[in-house]
Amino acid sequence: MSLPWLNPQRAKALTDALARRILIIDGAMGTMVQGYRLDEAAYRGERFVEGFDRLHEPQRNAATQPGHDLKGNNDLLTLTRPDVIGAIHDAYLQAGADFIETNTFNSTSISQADYHLEHLVRELNVEGARLARARCDAAEAATPNQPRFVIGVLGPTSRTASISPNVNDPGYRNTSFDELRLNYREAASGLIDGGADVLMVETIFDTLNAKAALFAIEEEFDARGARLPVMISGTITDRSGRTLSGQTTEAFYISVAHAQPLAVGLNCALGAKELREYVDAMSRIAQCHVSAHPNAGLPNAFAEYDETPEEMAALIGEFARSGLLNIVGGCCGTTPAHIAAIAAAVANVAPRQLPTPIAAAA
Amino acid sequence: MNDTVRPLQLSGLEPLRITPDLLFINIGERTNVTGSAQFKKLIKEDRYDEAVEVARQQVANGAQILDVNMDEGLLDAEAAMVRFLRLIASEPDIARIPVMVDSSKWSVIEAGLQCLQGKGVVNSISLKEGEEPFLEQARKILRYGAATVVMAFDEQGQADSVERRLEICERSYRLLTEKIGFPPEDIIFDSNIFPIGTGIDEHADNAVNFIKAASELRRRFPHSHVSGGVSNVSFSFRGNNPVREAIHCVFLYHAIKAGMNMGIVNAGALAIYDDLDPELRERVEDVVLNRRPDSTERLMEIADRFKKGPKDKDDGSALAWRSLPVTKRLEHALVHGIDQFVTEDTEEVRAQSTRTLDVIEGPLMDGMNVVGDLFGAGKMFLPQVVKSARVMKKAVAYLLPFMEEEKKRSGEVSKSNGKIVMATVKGDVHDIGKNIVGVVLACNNFEVIDLGVMVPAQKILDTAIAEQADMIGVSGLITPSLEEMSHVAKEMARQNFNIPLLIGGATTSRAHTALKIEPHYETACVWVKDASRAVGVAQSLVSKELVDGFLAKVRSEYAEVRERHRTRTPGKRLVSFEAARSNGSKLDWSSYRPPAPRKPGITVFDDIPLGELLPVVDWTPFFQAWELHGRYPANLTDPVVGTQATELFNDAQAILKRVIDEKWLRARAVVGFWPVSRVGDDLELRNGAETVMLHHLRQQADKPVERPNLCLSDFIAPKDTGIDDWIGGFAVTAGLGIEEHLERFHAQNDDYSAIILKALADRFAEALAEYMHRKVRTEIWGYAPDEALDNEALIDEKYRGIRPAPGYPACPDHTEKATLFRLLDATRNAGVELTEGFSMYPAAAVSGWYFSHPDSQYFVVGKLTRDQVEEYAKRKGWELREAERWLSANLDYDPD
Repeated sequence: MSLPWLNPQRAKALTDALARRILIIDGAMGTMVQGYRLDEAAYRGERFVEGFDRLHEPQRNAATQPGHDLKGNNDLLTLTRPDVIGAIHDAYLQAGADFIETNTFNSTSISQADYHLEHLVRELNVEGARLARARCDAAEAATPNQPRFVIGVLGPTSRTASISPNVNDPGYRNTSFDELRLNYREAASGLIDGGADVLMVETIFDTLNAKAALFAIEEEFDARGARLPVMISGTITDRSGRTLSGQTTEAFYISVAHAQPLAVGLNCALGAKELREYVDAMSRIAQCHVSAHPNAGLPNAFAEYDETPEEMAALIGEFARSGLLNIVGGCCGTTPAHIAAIAAAVANVAPRQLPTPIAAAA
Repeated sequence: MNDTVRPLQLSGLEPLRITPDLLFINIGERTNVTGSAQFKKLIKEDRYDEAVEVARQQVANGAQILDVNMDEGLLDAEAAMVRFLRLIASEPDIARIPVMVDSSKWSVIEAGLQCLQGKGVVNSISLKEGEEPFLEQARKILRYGAATVVMAFDEQGQADSVERRLEICERSYRLLTEKIGFPPEDIIFDSNIFPIGTGIDEHADNAVNFIKAASELRRRFPHSHVSGGVSNVSFSFRGNNPVREAIHCVFLYHAIKAGMNMGIVNAGALAIYDDLDPELRERVEDVVLNRRPDSTERLMEIADRFKKGPKDKDDGSALAWRSLPVTKRLEHALVHGIDQFVTEDTEEVRAQSTRTLDVIEGPLMDGMNVVGDLFGAGKMFLPQVVKSARVMKKAVAYLLPFMEEEKKRSGEVSKSNGKIVMATVKGDVHDIGKNIVGVVLACNNFEVIDLGVMVPAQKILDTAIAEQADMIGVSGLITPSLEEMSHVAKEMARQNFNIPLLIGGATTSRAHTALKIEPHYETACVWVKDASRAVGVAQSLVSKELVDGFLAKVRSEYAEVRERHRTRTPGKRLVSFEAARSNGSKLDWSSYRPPAPRKPGITVFDDIPLGELLPVVDWTPFFQAWELHGRYPANLTDPVVGTQATELFNDAQAILKRVIDEKWLRARAVVGFWPVSRVGDDLELRNGAETVMLHHLRQQADKPVERPNLCLSDFIAPKDTGIDDWIGGFAVTAGLGIEEHLERFHAQNDDYSAIILKALADRFAEALAEYMHRKVRTEIWGYAPDEALDNEALIDEKYRGIRPAPGYPACPDHTEKATLFRLLDATRNAGVELTEGFSMYPAAAVSGWYFSHPDSQYFVVGKLTRDQVEEYAKRKGWELREAERWLSANLDYDPD
């Protein structure tokens, strides 16, 4: 039935840590990268200096055509500016993060197609996991009592499998379950090879996309004959309390529970304050661990997040004391200062108790 | 059944937890081509829109799961399944329930599973082809995250006896749970419902055997479930729906008692056991339970008597609700906003009531309470609630004369939830939001006294005293209204009021209320975010039990906001005015020559056909006015608000057509162009012989080096360059003539249409501003004669030049509108007036300046330090206090 762990020691270290305390996920990558004010040249580095991949035969041969702008392709920085991404990982590790999320939010063919870099998907995932793994290993060496885990991130892609992008044709879809499944399979395989401890399907706008990802992950586990712990994190898009594809928190949980996740939770779109009732709902029904990584408040009139570390930590501290959390971190707008404040706020609070499963009387 | 049973959990957009207390789950059967001739016809003829309606009906009739089956020889079942499931996924009222993917072909099931974001049910798998395919399919189902129906079918064939049913189900269960870890609660047994009353002896025990097996299956496998296709049992009576329904009813009555807890049924046509004709029920029961050898003959004898005409339609027509009891009809009309029959239904109840008031306090309020609950639970949206209110008002309007009559006789008065005096404050004319709040409160049985717009503080307070109001609500859109609201609060304190003050409107905020209003009136001052919060707030305030706790919470929240504000390290550091000015935008004037307008001076457009504006209309804000968020047109198919947005849009289009065809609104515009040059942060405009100063403010945010601190004047050539530059101004409206139509709607108790009309006028005014701007760029000023942009690009402002409006972020001083209006003679030339608060009347109006410089851009002036405000006051010829009053929202300091 269930496959064995791919890396039993790491899985055990993780479940042991979860039994003892609330674990901390890192914060935003995008906001931090922005702080470096990297220009097009920085994104391109040497390998992509012409706006395409010099190491990629078909692109080199077609080099008469102009290159493409790569600025904004943050995942590419894993290859062109590993110093920047590594430094951001380090900053979060120093802030006390137990989990580091790989810089692979957009490392799928669908997303990389925007930059004509679909061929890089595997490399981005392998290197993204490897880079995070190396930084975690360094941190672990410094603080041996605190194991650090790499979360291999699988983002939502820019497509939705259950919503039509065409108003006049509600039956139309710009992607399919199978296309997404293959995209996620490629990414998951790279993340595992790069050394991820956990896979996380996150920022889920459309549960059908997530189900394709979970399907792909299971296929990949099957092929390897062993599995990694899986985390799942949905996004409640506004205060209607629904995902973009219309599901309530409870419906979302029920739709993904079959993957037997290590943790299920919510991230992005809302600040901690607005997210609370949905995290509360999740903590009441989930049979597994519960995670939350909210934004630093709601965006202000300038689309910036201005909730301070103290404000956010105060809110999250209350989540923890109310017994809602096993894992917590930050999404858009959060910084190492936020993560440090959150880590301090939950440090001495007991993690949420898992519900006792009802045994099946066979 | 004990409570340690693990519930089967399914989901569409919403969860369905099948716990023992749910007793029986209806699975809608009409979206099945093998079971419904009508549905088959719709699918075969490609009439998917209507097929979707069948699904909607099933849900409306109480289906908790939707069975979808496309197995028809001439259909591409896979394609039909995918297409239909994708279509219903876009219908929030259908997609909220889980789907049962029903096919005898695995490929169709798999294609269906790939379309379900929720946890659905597979119908079905079985041991028919042996263990391997059975387990392989089950593994896939697990991976797709679905539950499954298991048919009592094995390599030998379909089970018919009790023993065979149990044997196959048990074997299937063991394989699933022990070999692949399939959760027992996700297993649903279908042990085959076969027809009875066929006249064939071997069939006589078909129902009895199913019922016996159901009982034993639930005993052996308490976590699993028993289901079946119910209409099969009455197959031999096809053509006689009343008898078939009686058979279904009796069969289910016994099967459910035995443990069957799910069934595929026609959710709309389930009869109630106790309602069956006693004679028919007895004879049906004989057949179902096989109680006597001649039971079939005896049922046949009477069957024809119960056969009715085609009155009972297969799927329950749209008017099926008309056959409900009258109170339920009223509830239905209120919840669905149908005013067609409300007068006759109201009369029917009134005729049976001793007091007319009982009609309102009984069935009508009951119905509105349902509406209130649904809205509160997020199951209804604002446009629906406003429609419900229209139905309610119509009913009440019908009853009023009767009540007057009774009152004359008895002298009684009705009691409401509470009384609120509402107004848009002095100087402001915007009232769409306030009207929506009024309607929503009225729906919840609050008595609303709406004083309209531009209401002076004292009039609000006097009315509140005269009416013995329980609370006051003030609203406003423009920034000077914030100041006026503080004034209302101060006056309430000074005049020793003790009723709550509610604050609402687009520019208000919790922070502003906490910092600038509540300190003036500490008795009770509450910010109401939007219409959906209004009822909760008002109810808390009138409830003796809730009010103290509620106010204590609000007060401590506001105190906290103030504290945070006091102690916060400013997120945005400001630089001194001097520093900001020296970091102003440095445009290169050496090589740039500003374009001169082709037609300087004033140009008037007296009557612009609305039809010409239609393509430029940006619909997104129209929906925002109704709290339906999301960008048009994507919001029309949004899973949450899509249905309501579409309905609202359709209603708006109907009114829009009349607005255009019957010329309800007149659109006028005036534009003008004058030579101008920059002097410091001001502009020196030459209007003939007269020199007019235009005053502007500069950003003071601490910016990175390459980004300047902007001021609109930066976009005009400085006087010392000697370059000739130009500025334009405009005022447009699309609201002339709106009053008589609003009055007519109000007289018809139709706030819904009134609010739509106002919101449409606003959209036209904005569209007219956009339309005029294009005309200016391409013709009148003419600096971009060849501009070719589609409407989307226009809405996204992808053109050269800007048209900032006084009172908006780039030039937040509303009083500059006075200069603009004087230059344009806007009241005479365009019919737009300015109120004392510098709000424009009609409200559907836009005014502003035109700048042509290619680098001109919109920006937010933001917070200002005292040094700039002091200098600005001097330039304006104001006392500092006056400047601080008009710029209160922009001050970064607390004025003395």
